[in-house]
Amino acid sequence: MLARLARLLATVGLTLLGLLLVTFLIARIVPIDPVLAVVGDRASSAVYARARAEMGLDRPVWVQFARYGAMVLHGDFGRSALTRSPVTADIRRFFPATIELATLATLLGLILGVPAGVVAAARHNRWPDHVLRIVGLFGYSVPVFWLGLMALLLFYADLGWVAGPGRLDPWLDGVVPTRSGLLLLDSALAGNGRVFASALAHLALPAAVLGYFSLAYISRMTRSLMLEQLGQDYIMVARAKGLSERRVLWRHALGNVLVPLATVATLAYANLLEGSVLTETVFAWPGIGSYITGSLLSLDMNAVMGGTLVVGAAFIFLNLLVEGVYRRLDPRLR
Amino acid sequence: MTIADWHDWLLDEAPASPLQARLGRLYATARLFGGNRPALLGLALVGLLALVAAAAPGLARFDPDAQDLALRLAAPGGGHWLGTDDLGRDILSRLLYGSRVTLGVVVLIAAIVPPLGLLIGCVAGYCGGVIDAALMRTADVFLAFPRLILALALVAALGPGIDHAVLAIALAAWPPYARLARAETLALSGREFIAAARLAGASHWRLLLRHIAPLCLPSLLVRASLDMAGVILIAAGLGFLGLGVAPPTAEWGAMIAAGRSHMLDQWWVAAAPGLAIAAACLGFNLLGEGMRDALDPRQR
Repeated sequence: MLARLARLLATVGLTLLGLLLVTFLIARIVPIDPVLAVVGDRASSAVYARARAEMGLDRPVWVQFARYGAMVLHGDFGRSALTRSPVTADIRRFFPATIELATLATLLGLILGVPAGVVAAARHNRWPDHVLRIVGLFGYSVPVFWLGLMALLLFYADLGWVAGPGRLDPWLDGVVPTRSGLLLLDSALAGNGRVFASALAHLALPAAVLGYFSLAYISRMTRSLMLEQLGQDYIMVARAKGLSERRVLWRHALGNVLVPLATVATLAYANLLEGSVLTETVFAWPGIGSYITGSLLSLDMNAVMGGTLVVGAAFIFLNLLVEGVYRRLDPRLR
Repeated sequence: MTIADWHDWLLDEAPASPLQARLGRLYATARLFGGNRPALLGLALVGLLALVAAAAPGLARFDPDAQDLALRLAAPGGGHWLGTDDLGRDILSRLLYGSRVTLGVVVLIAAIVPPLGLLIGCVAGYCGGVIDAALMRTADVFLAFPRLILALALVAALGPGIDHAVLAIALAAWPPYARLARAETLALSGREFIAAARLAGASHWRLLLRHIAPLCLPSLLVRASLDMAGVILIAAGLGFLGLGVAPPTAEWGAMIAAGRSHMLDQWWVAAAPGLAIAAACLGFNLLGEGMRDALDPRQR
């Protein structure tokens, strides 16, 4: 047990170190001079040299990497050139918006996707199955940013069912105190119904668009997991005993796919962290994806490195969680 | 020989020559694939994409880059079947030419990534030990990045451009292939025919390249064709963010971005390229599923 834990920690540590190295190298190949960005291009050569030395850029690359690594370990990603505040503070401000979006989208995907997958498996190769297949194929083929734009056009501009881009109506900004950064939670805690309603109206469309992609994935996986179960002997026994088809499907078969489904749900969540990058751009959603792309386009490399590291680390953590959940829930692996 | 004779010869249970066996397998696979209507639709869509890309100059009725500011944002119909964009360029012609960028990215990625992943995975699985650990930990690092974010960061650092986009996508895309090839290699290297070839004096490289790698190919091929839709989507995403080909070259993702500011009144400017992307991706998805069912029924 202890040996396994040690090996796991070593693997995670190595992966995180690699993540750090890759982001560091990406930032190094940017064809801009970070010193010039600080001192301006009219600085004298003495000022330039001093700034360069202060930033540690006159040291060998591996020393710079070690210094950056030490900084990151202390939770310091440097200062963003764009927002003029520490990257850590920026991330703390932007990440909750992404979490809120991705969580709601995954929930939507689970609530609709699991039953859809079960029904498709039960009606294998009949029309519910075909419909779901088309829904899934469409989800794997459509660009998320295009679907977002079209959804805005239809549901916001034409029908007026939901609120437009952004997280909140501007005049409600800062009305409730920030506790978790999750607007739905914060406004509920403050008991402010208007903020809650506005946040929900803004969240509904991006969450539905992202949720559609997670629905496509989760329902396909549920379907194939269920098909595997339905072909097994114990299902035949349950049917032969005279159990109702509903009980066989929803209790016996579904009960046995819950463990792999937990994995699927976690992976879907991790995928949404990625899918949110383009979605956030379309919906002007102030999350980590907007933060990374915005900093990228202005070559604010400290922010890019910090944001990429945080998303990468979240990715690694979620994958670890998958494995851990699997081990806990599947008695054969204990 | 009649067609029925050919059929019997190809599907003979006891082929008389390696050639007959090989052709027979190909024939059986093609029959499986040909009986699968969605897969044929996928093949047709991909074929259409290739055809359009090849024949774009002949098919387009306008120069894709020719501006006509008097005809800005014209509605579909008349001389411009799909309307014009904000610089008065014909959208259909730009769609046709844009297929060349999309297909180009797909072809380059398909030529670079699966062979690279195959090599890395086979070497890792065959050698084992330190080499295996080093290669697979490297793969883990790249897998830890969401693909789009890695590609984004790389393209931003290298500078926009389609060559950089391809490089970035390739760097983000190889690890799953390497993992797949490694798993297949591990499963294969314990088998008797490998031991026999080794006893017969085959060198390491010969074992790898002639005996192991060819058997990994089918699953990699399936993976690649299923992967291409994702590649198109990432490339379009990069184009959408302004990190793809330099303007004024027509590219579908960038065309959506250009149509974005006119969404409310001229929705067709953004709608058409999105549908083109969806059709291309649908083609590769259907083709990939068909190939998976025909080549590798286990994965179904």
